[in-house]
Order: sequence, then structure tokens, then C-alpha cells
Amino acid sequence: MTTVSMTVNGKQISGEVEDRTLLSTFLRENQGLTGTHIGCDTSQCGACLVHMDGKAVKSCSMLAVQASGSAVTTIEGISQNGQLHIMQKAFKENHGLQCGFCTPGMIMSAIDMINRLGTDLDEKTIRHELEGNICRCTGYHNIVKAIKAAADEMAEVLEAAE
Amino acid sequence: MYETKYHRASSVSDAAAMLKNADDGKLLSGGQTLIPTMKQRLAAPSDLIDLRHIAEMSGITKQADGSIRIGAATTHAEVASNDDIKTALSGLADLAGMIGDPHVRHMGTIGGSIANNDPAADYPAALLALGATIETNKREFSASNFFTGMFETALDEDEIVTAVILPVAANTAYAKFPNPASRYAMAGVFVAKTSAGARVAVTGAGQDGVFRMPDMEKALDSNWAAEAVVGIAPAEDNMLSDMHGTAAYRANLVTVMAKRAVAASA
Ligand SMILES: Cc1cc2nc3c(=O)[nH]c(=O)nc-3n(C[C@H](O)[C@H](O)[C@H](O)COP(=O)(O)OP(=O)(O)OC[C@H]3O[C@@H](n4cnc5c(N)ncnc54)[C@H](O)[C@@H]3O)c2cc1C
Ligand code: FES
Ligand code: FES
Repeated sequence: MTTVSMTVNGKQISGEVEDRTLLSTFLRENQGLTGTHIGCDTSQCGACLVHMDGKAVKSCSMLAVQASGSAVTTIEGISQNGQLHIMQKAFKENHGLQCGFCTPGMIMSAIDMINRLGTDLDEKTIRHELEGNICRCTGYHNIVKAIKAAADEMAEVLEAAE
Repeated sequence: MYETKYHRASSVSDAAAMLKNADDGKLLSGGQTLIPTMKQRLAAPSDLIDLRHIAEMSGITKQADGSIRIGAATTHAEVASNDDIKTALSGLADLAGMIGDPHVRHMGTIGGSIANNDPAADYPAALLALGATIETNKREFSASNFFTGMFETALDEDEIVTAVILPVAANTAYAKFPNPASRYAMAGVFVAKTSAGARVAVTGAGQDGVFRMPDMEKALDSNWAAEAVVGIAPAEDNMLSDMHGTAAYRANLVTVMAKRAVAASA
């Protein structure tokens, strides 16, 4: 067993894991953060996305020990003071989910997209950037709409702050 | 996944020593090929030596002669967004931005990709077309000596790729027909006007991995235009044939991708 330490959702944590333990398993089973989902065993679906040091990564394709020393944010860590993140709110308002299984990954992917590309996103870009996230229910239409709505709202918030 | 022991290397020599001391050790870079393979129990290394924290192995530098040096542990995302590469070798930046998806690009590295030499990987096409030099902890290879076959390279078991050096070229472009499910290339063609003439390299389609298209190169040397490669296709019996496409389909796809790459290279 190895001790791993990392910051998860702003909190310094540590835990005992086998070296072969995946980051997704560590988050779900050791930390009880079951919002990070496992949707495939081929590293293709993106349901397991978390942010590691500010970048979206697949927690099913990384060992917990690889993330030791990093700052990890999961879907549980993006709301603040009981308020949904703008992206979460937009998914809710735009009916951007049906069963909801892919949603944590979609939201972590969408926030990463805005972190990388800014808030000026068109539909084509959003669809292209969602290449690493699979949804079996929605047909993507309302997911794209939700991301666009959130990006527009975030642009307004940024503008108001200037 | 079978049991394994994780080690984090802090320098290339550190990594080489860890690999030497391991029973059946493997280097771990971005893990975007190795971890999925281990999850499927298709690989079971006794030890993993993580290269991601070796500072001397990551980063992109433009050298005095204009060539670009990319550390082996540099991620696909870093290559795709680097300004020097976008200016000097825009086709390479585009290629890196087409690998997998944004999350794979945040972790996957150029060193891991070329060491693995998947017959459908993208980087080998660029390295072969551009006449890249591959630097290891022991020696240097030219790209044409490095990629030796499907999942095969000239690397020794205990050899570590440390960097890739790419000479600049004009009119670089990459066109890829991705498999809609896996995102890997069904055929990917990199074209470049190098100091030694036109170069065309193909990935995804060939049975022995990446290869050059001398007939297309000759045609492009006299006329750098998409129509110059019309009617030139690789021999079908060297093409991959599987559930995703027949050999004939892939041979035709190579011509189509070559046309698109030349058209995009203007
Ligand atoms: C969903 C998905 C889609 C993908 N799509 C594409 C695609 O479209 N095109 C494409 O090209 N690739 C694709 N990939 C693969 C991806 O690009 C990988 O990042 C790459 O093949 C391996 O790089 P890595 O850094 O992750 O290496 P790792 O997985 O860490 O290692 C791969 C192999 O290389 C060895 N190795 C690693 N670094 C070195 C080194 N410095 N020296 C010597 N040996 C080394 C390892 O021991 C291992 O055997 C995809 C992967 C996934 C999961
Ligand atoms: S569970 Fe990680 S990509 Fe599907
Ligand atoms: S809402 Fe069911 S998988 Fe996306």
C-alpha cells in the first residue's frame, strides 16, 4: 500500500491505496465522491472526467498515485455555498440530461472547454469539443444548448465584473 | 489490473536506473495507451516508472537553426497550442489537435505515442514526412530508421525517448479520416515541402505502420497541387483490412486524404 496525498475539491486529503488503484476508484470508494461515473472500460466515454491541476482528464485512465501531489476537482467541488455552478444551472434549465449518467463528465468537460477557449463558443465548436464525451440518451442537442447558454451567461458575468 | 509498483522519476538517469532495477518494468508517460492496456490485462508490468515529472523531458524550444525540439513528455495539448509550432509547422499543431479528444490530449505525450508506434497513431506520419530526429538516452535515430513496423520501433527494451527534433518545412498539413468510434486514423496523410523536396507520409492505412508515398512526392515536386496526386494510390496488398474498412477502401482513402492535405497546405 502507498499513501497518496492530494487536494480534492480544495481540501487536503490522503489515503492508503494499492499502486494499481485508479484515480476514479480512489475518488469513488475511498473518498465517497460517487459523482464521478464510470461509463466504459475503453477510455472513450468521458463520464469519469475530473480536473487535475486545472485540466480535464479521465480519472479511469490514471492511477491514484499518478495524481498524488496534484489538485483535483470533481463534480462535487464546483458548486459554491450551496449554489449550483452556472454550468450546472444551465444543464438543469435547458433539460441537458435525461438519465443523467453522462452529466458529471459533460459538465466537467464544458467547464474545461470554456477555460481553454473562452466564452465565445459557437455550436460547431461545442459539438467538436465534446468529442470525448458520450451520451446515450439526449442526442446531444440540449447539452449543446446548455453549454452555449452557460457560456453566454459567464460572458455577461465577466463583462459586468469589468 | 494486475498488481504493479509505481515509481516517480525526477530525471532521465533516475528513470533509467529505476527501469534497470525493475523485474519487468515499463515506462509510464501520459498513460493514455498503457493504463487502458493494463486495465484490460493485456500488459502486466511489475513496475511503472512515471516520466511525467521529469522537467528536462518536457517543453518545446525553437533552436538556433530554426528547428523545433519537443521534449518526449510534452503533451499533445501543449504541441497543439504552441505558438512556435503553429508558425513554423502548422500541420504538426493541427495534427496534435486531432489526436483523440481534449482529455486524452491533456495527458498523452509525443514520446509515448512514438514509442508505442500504433499503426493508426498520428505523430509517426509527421515525423517521417518532416525527417525528424528522435533523441534517446543512448543515441539518435532518424524517423525512417525508428519506425520499424506495426507497434515496433528500433528502441532497445531499456531505452528512453527524450526528445523529438523537427526541422522546419514550408506548407505542412495533415488530413485525417478518423474512425468515428475510436478517433484513431483510418488513414492520415502528412504533407510537407521540405528542403529535400516534397514529402508525403501515411499512417492508419498500412499493415506495417507508417510509410512514405514516393510517387506522390515526385508528382508534388513538379506540381504542388491537389490534382497532382489524383490517381496515385498505395498498393492494396500492403493495406490494413478489418471490420472498419477493406484494403481497397483504405488505399482510396489515402489518395483522398493526400488531396485534402495538399489543398489545406496552401
Ligand atoms: C480514447 C483515446 C483516443 C485516442 N486517439 C488517438 C488518436 O486519434 N491518434 C493517436 O495518435 N493516438 C490516440 N490515442 C493514444 C494517445 O495519443 C496516447 O497518448 C499515446 O499513444 C501514448 O502516449 P502516452 O504518453 O499516453 O504513453 P503511455 O501510455 O504512458 O505509454 C505508451 C507506451 O510507450 C512507452 N513509453 C512512454 N514514454 C516513453 C518514452 N519516453 N520512451 C520510451 N518508451 C516510452 C510505454 O512504456 C508504453 O509502452 C488515443 C487514446 C485514447 C485513450
Ligand atoms: S469511464 Fe473514463 S472514459 Fe469512460
Ligand atoms: S443523459 Fe443519459 S447518458 Fe447522457
